[in-house]
Amino acid sequence: SNLWYLFLHSVDKAWKELSNILSGIFCASLNFIDSTNTVTPTASFKPLGLANGTDHHLLRYAVLPREVVCTENLTPWKKLLPCGSKAGLAVLLKAERLFHSSYHSQAVHIRPVCRDASCLAVSWELRQTLTVVFDTFSSGQGKKDWSLFKMFSRTLTDACPLASQSKVYVDISPKNKEKELLEVTPPPVSVHEAIVQGDKRTYAVYDLLSPSLFNTSRSLNVQLKWKRPQDSSELPTPVLHAQRYVSGYGLQTGEISTLIYNTHPYRAFPVILLETVPWYLRFYVHTLTIITKGKENKPSYIHYQPAQDRRRPHLLEMLIQLPANSVTKITIQFERALLKWTEYTPDPNHGFYVSSSVLSALVPSVIAMKDTDVEQSPLFTSLFPSSDGSSYFVRLYTEPLLVNLPTPDFSMPYNVICLTCTVVAVCYGSFYNLLTRTFHVEEPSRGGLAKRLANIIRKFRGVPPL
Amino acid sequence: VVEGLALLDLGVSPYSGAIFHETPLIIYLFHFLIEYAELVFMITDVLTAVALYLAIQDFNKVVFKKQKLLIELDKYAPDVAELIRTPMEMHYIPLKVALFYLLNPYTVMSCVAKSTCAINNTVIAFFILATIKGSAFLSAVFLALATYQSLYPLTLFAPALLYLLQRQFIPIKLKSKSFWLYTMQYAALYLCSLVVIICLSFFLLNSWDFIPSVYGFILSVPDLTPNIGLFWYFFAEMFEHFSLFFVCVFQINVFFYTIPLAIKLKEHPVFFMFVQIAIISIFKSYPTVGDVALYMAFLPVWSHLYRFLRNIFILSCVLIVCSLLFPVLWHLWIYAGSANSNFYYAITLTFNIGQILLVSDYFYAFLRREYYLTHGLHLTKQDGTEAMLVLK
Repeated sequence: SNLWYLFLHSVDKAWKELSNILSGIFCASLNFIDSTNTVTPTASFKPLGLANGTDHHLLRYAVLPREVVCTENLTPWKKLLPCGSKAGLAVLLKAERLFHSSYHSQAVHIRPVCRDASCLAVSWELRQTLTVVFDTFSSGQGKKDWSLFKMFSRTLTDACPLASQSKVYVDISPKNKEKELLEVTPPPVSVHEAIVQGDKRTYAVYDLLSPSLFNTSRSLNVQLKWKRPQDSSELPTPVLHAQRYVSGYGLQTGEISTLIYNTHPYRAFPVILLETVPWYLRFYVHTLTIITKGKENKPSYIHYQPAQDRRRPHLLEMLIQLPANSVTKITIQFERALLKWTEYTPDPNHGFYVSSSVLSALVPSVIAMKDTDVEQSPLFTSLFPSSDGSSYFVRLYTEPLLVNLPTPDFSMPYNVICLTCTVVAVCYGSFYNLLTRTFHVEEPSRGGLAKRLANIIRKFRGVPPL
Repeated sequence: VVEGLALLDLGVSPYSGAIFHETPLIIYLFHFLIEYAELVFMITDVLTAVALYLAIQDFNKVVFKKQKLLIELDKYAPDVAELIRTPMEMHYIPLKVALFYLLNPYTVMSCVAKSTCAINNTVIAFFILATIKGSAFLSAVFLALATYQSLYPLTLFAPALLYLLQRQFIPIKLKSKSFWLYTMQYAALYLCSLVVIICLSFFLLNSWDFIPSVYGFILSVPDLTPNIGLFWYFFAEMFEHFSLFFVCVFQINVFFYTIPLAIKLKEHPVFFMFVQIAIISIFKSYPTVGDVALYMAFLPVWSHLYRFLRNIFILSCVLIVCSLLFPVLWHLWIYAGSANSNFYYAITLTFNIGQILLVSDYFYAFLRREYYLTHGLHLTKQDGTEAMLVLK
């Protein structure tokens, strides 16, 4: 889970309060956010909506890579919707089907917007997004057909009365200009075309608020059937995608490598890479190398803030130019630290998570977007924002990494203390003896009981007495 | 150091992170020398050996003169002829010292690893040379440099002071005015050079950041990377409640042997220096094998104590076996994953016990020889039979 916010003043206290409050609202463990996983990025995050000239020192970004999303996070998220999960589109969101998916992501965005065209007053816009990836291919016996009932085991019955707009968009973009490849039932009332992420897409629109929708049946179950079996169903690769992995062997050193792919055939564009790595992986910034197409690629902007033990994570922000149709490999070596035994998580051999790195870029689009499109579909522009028609903004998150650290033996605290103190005491004892005592000639003593017994035994053995 | 230079190039203070803990003068030095790093470390090792050679040569002359004086003053018992040291026997000792340092596998390892410990050793060697030659100013300057780099050579102030006082024939009596005068002079020289060096570092990097990063780091031991010392595992397994207490105890442990040793060994300041260097390299917060190499280089100077050493065979075996097992168990823990951190920790314990017993064995032999010199070799009890010597 990650959290970022731009403050107006008195940041650190407000950040702690904010993370605790949000943790309470969403039942997420956001209260574990503290200075060891919070950074202040300089370039990667710009505030959405209206904003004055901002000082990047007031921005905070934190990631908790170990936290997973589950039912208790979904419930408060649903409660924020005007009708909850009782009416409207949210009736589909039942936990037992939603979490049977391959990918699940929830987000809440808040930004200030103008209340009306004259922008005299500012109101807050709350945007909630839920992204779920269902794998119907493997669950649907090899067929790619899907329906709302199959995915959510529910159908839509009515719209939320508090909503001003309630629509379902189904992507029916034809691939390779072939029509009639798929069929959507019930037949859509209208079809909407938009340019999304540089591509022209066609959407079938179901407006839940229009009275004609529920005329024929009480419930709406959108179904999609493919007319012909798909031969080679490969998705087009996105223009910008990235991968990250850890390499190296042993528990002493390692290397983090990030691969960034630019598949655009002829356009190069810059990308901002933000890496937040916990302090116990000690980065060596002199080993940072960026290689594109076999040659070194120097970033035009580097902001590096090294970590401080137990206080602050590493922050590395770079602006890298990606040439067209290339792969850029960024590697940096690190050393693993030995932590105090109380700082390990309950299962220390599982490893420690390194949060994903964030890539922000303005990707040039193949098809330019016109201004008229912007006004007609405000939902699309807020989902897929772009400042001008020629490029769109993308923020990518790479995979989180799992790294093992050397562990001490957790069963040994008393033993270690005793043994080490014994060694120190041996030194102290020998030196004390040598410093405070002097040599004397030994005076013969009559001997105690033990000596006399020993002498008797020695006489029996035939050995000279003590 | 390379990391510190890279951070400087990026415009970030090298002390803002937790990786770089060397002093600004080292950054400045390596700014120019980083391309010739191997050559630099070889030269520092050679310089250390040369400094030790010259120092021990002078020291031998001083020892011989003192011995002659004591024989003339009839301070020695009549039957100690075999304990008296001859110039012929002492002729090759400086060469042996230099060779002990250069050919020590620990020194070679330190040089190959390009550890800045070699530079520490060079500064301490020059300090010893300056002290034995009798130059108070140079001795104070080198001691200030050594203290500036790692905090612990501060304890070498006492043996240096004692040696210089002896050389000036100033008796060490608390009431004597000349004693205090000389002490104040030496202390003032030392503190002034220390202040000058610290201010110079401030002006090099324009911030006082280096003080918590260098000295705070040495004193508070935050980094628990395994080394050959005792601290790292101890603090890894420490209860949080007692962490500050034990940090203080361990740091005091290095410094508090100085005064008792000064009282006991005030006639023999160079041996005091040897014991003090050994204690520093065993108990400092981040020991390295380079530190061990430095005090081992002195062992030929006390080769005449060989007949009084009690455990030398076992101790040398322990040290050799532990040095061989260190890399093996490290590899098993970190790379093969088949051993625990306990294995490596056990070897750390054994190695340090070996070192401690080695030093205390030499101390015992030294004191015993002194006793024999003044009381005669063949001791008899009251009834004329051969007596045993005990420490009571």
